[in-house]
Amino acid sequence: MCWPFTVLTALAILTDGLVYAAYLFLVAVGLTLIFGVMKILNVTHGSFYAFGAYGAAIAVGIYFDRGYPAAGGFLLMVLVACAIGLVLGLVLERGLLRLVYGKDEVVVVLVTYAAFLILEDVIQLIWGTNSYALYQPLDLAGTIDAGPLVLSGYDIGLVVFAALLAAAGSFALKHTTWGRLLTVVIFDRELAASFGINVSLVYTVTFVLGAMLGALGGAAMAPKISVTLGIGVEVIVLAFAVVAIGGMGSVGGAFIGALIVGMCRAAAVHLVPQVELFVIYAVMALVLVFRPQGLFTRAQPRKI
Amino acid sequence: MSSYRLMLAATAAFSFVAAGGSQAQQPAAPEPVKIGIVTFLTGPAAAPFGIPDRNAAEAMIESLNAGKGPAPYNQVGLGGAKIEPKFLDEAGSAADQVTQYRNLVERDHVDVVLGYVSSGNCLAIAPVAEEMKQLTVLDICGTPRIFEEKSYHYVFRANPTATMDNVGAAKYVLEKLKDVSVYSGINQNYAWGQDSWRDFDLTMKDLAPKTTTDKVLWPKLFSGEYGAEISTLLTSNAQIIHSSFYDGDLEAFIYQSVARGLPKRIPYVLTSGETSLYRLGPKMPDGMFIGARGPHSFFAHGGDLNTWLTKIYVDRFGLQPVYPSYMMAQSLLGLKTAWEKAQAKKGGARPTQEEVIAAFEGIEFNTPSTTVKLANGKGHQGVTDTAYGTYKFDKDESKPTLVDITRYPADCVNPPPDVDSVTWLQGGMKGAKCN
Repeated sequence: MCWPFTVLTALAILTDGLVYAAYLFLVAVGLTLIFGVMKILNVTHGSFYAFGAYGAAIAVGIYFDRGYPAAGGFLLMVLVACAIGLVLGLVLERGLLRLVYGKDEVVVVLVTYAAFLILEDVIQLIWGTNSYALYQPLDLAGTIDAGPLVLSGYDIGLVVFAALLAAAGSFALKHTTWGRLLTVVIFDRELAASFGINVSLVYTVTFVLGAMLGALGGAAMAPKISVTLGIGVEVIVLAFAVVAIGGMGSVGGAFIGALIVGMCRAAAVHLVPQVELFVIYAVMALVLVFRPQGLFTRAQPRKI
Repeated sequence: MSSYRLMLAATAAFSFVAAGGSQAQQPAAPEPVKIGIVTFLTGPAAAPFGIPDRNAAEAMIESLNAGKGPAPYNQVGLGGAKIEPKFLDEAGSAADQVTQYRNLVERDHVDVVLGYVSSGNCLAIAPVAEEMKQLTVLDICGTPRIFEEKSYHYVFRANPTATMDNVGAAKYVLEKLKDVSVYSGINQNYAWGQDSWRDFDLTMKDLAPKTTTDKVLWPKLFSGEYGAEISTLLTSNAQIIHSSFYDGDLEAFIYQSVARGLPKRIPYVLTSGETSLYRLGPKMPDGMFIGARGPHSFFAHGGDLNTWLTKIYVDRFGLQPVYPSYMMAQSLLGLKTAWEKAQAKKGGARPTQEEVIAAFEGIEFNTPSTTVKLANGKGHQGVTDTAYGTYKFDKDESKPTLVDITRYPADCVNPPPDVDSVTWLQGGMKGAKCN
């Protein structure tokens, strides 16, 4: 069957946009929560991603080498990521961030940046300079043919996973107790505290949750990339751009932001490859010109 | 004279003779030669380039200092003086590297600085070396611009420029795919990627003017996610894809594109692909055209020297040396040849820096890979032959191999001495001697 060129390109842009959007959402959702609740520019988010990727590549690699059933492998990826996020998040929040709450925002950013640099070296201490590959999930997921365009089953799975996570996150924020607590603290921390909400506990829970989501992003991407030194650096900038577009603290915003950027970037790669390098930042700049607080957050009332 | 005074004089005379004799029997060990070696010890460029580079230096220096190098490199260290290396990390900005370089020269008083992988750092360091009048041997960086934009007295580079890699790639592609009419490229959007594509594209236009390009892609360095690029290439009508990707980006691209069947449809020519072959193993698809930035590792034809380098490297590290290791060998052995030539000219006395520089210019020497001649850059820039091969994973022995190897002589793939690479390529590669 002969596919007309424009239909094929349009289909390719659509699928590529969705896959890249899923990638962006997975790396950005943890960050937007931390940013929204704690108002912290968490540079360490890149480390959560990297640790999640390394942990998944090694643990799940061993699992698949031993020939255990495939479905368990995918579950293990999620479990390993959550465990890593839990440990890292707790250690960092209780051990380090607690000491700088209330200080100037710049100080907090510098502290998270320092933590990121330290963790980059910790990764090298633990896992050396070699790269690790987790190719089994990619192979197992197979391919889907759409004319000359071959889609990877794993990519489709990522899109579904991201969509489910977005739905679950939005639902949880609106309809569960803890979700509502987080939402209130996002909107106004002092007001929440004056109502008797244990803001300190909310902070810890949020940070750990953000760390787990960051590690989950890393684990989900591990089969597609070569897990090596420096993978955390790239995602920090991307995550920030998506969070800036969607608005801090908004899971729905991160989702829409990721979709917009994903589509624009896919279109750029297919049609005007030279602008691919900066299209994500061009979108961010454009959004911020019209809505400086991002697409999905309400403007903050000015406090005296 | 009284007998007492005679005894005193005799004793004095004897002690002089004895002291002079004992001194003649124990000559002072020559002062070691301090070499500052700068390469990526951390960061994403460490695993594919910096570590193999450093490892080769360590293994070779240990062997040379014990006098175990094969002829003509069997003198201890450099002309009898042991080599004392100081390894430094190239990670950080170009400004950081310049500071580190100044410290090496002013504080540590090294005799030679050797290294640098990143073309950006090489371009920053060369003028500083000239200003500080410090003999510097650039190692792995590939930009042709160093000696094409300026002349240097204190800076040398034994390894050829990256122009050679991409001219070789184009020739190999045209040899293997005789009917190629459309080609494509995916390169990182920075100096290395842009220069690589430019040289490949210009060569293709020279040698096969009827070919055209379709879909030239420029992903960000270290992007790692190539879904859209792969879709674009799947829907293009190219018959070969050029890429100068290395390390993590190359491996991610291979994993993701193999999962979607792209290599089955369109083969790749990977100018820097050799460093990932041992890591990828069976994951790299058969039929890919692989380059090693010179006649290194799989392409090495240096005989005894190659056997020596491979043996000391494998014995020490349990891994095969890859092309950065061979490039370090070329830099170090070039320095050693120049040093010992200057020393011989001086009758065995330790040469000064100026004497080493004079001996180094235009020198020709053998390495584990091939023969190097500093023919370009007014005798400061090396040229060698190169080679390309097709990948085949040997399933029986479970190791990567390259088959259908074609070698291209130095004068075929390097610009002549006084022409810069872009002019040479745009002018149809006049003066190239191939056959």
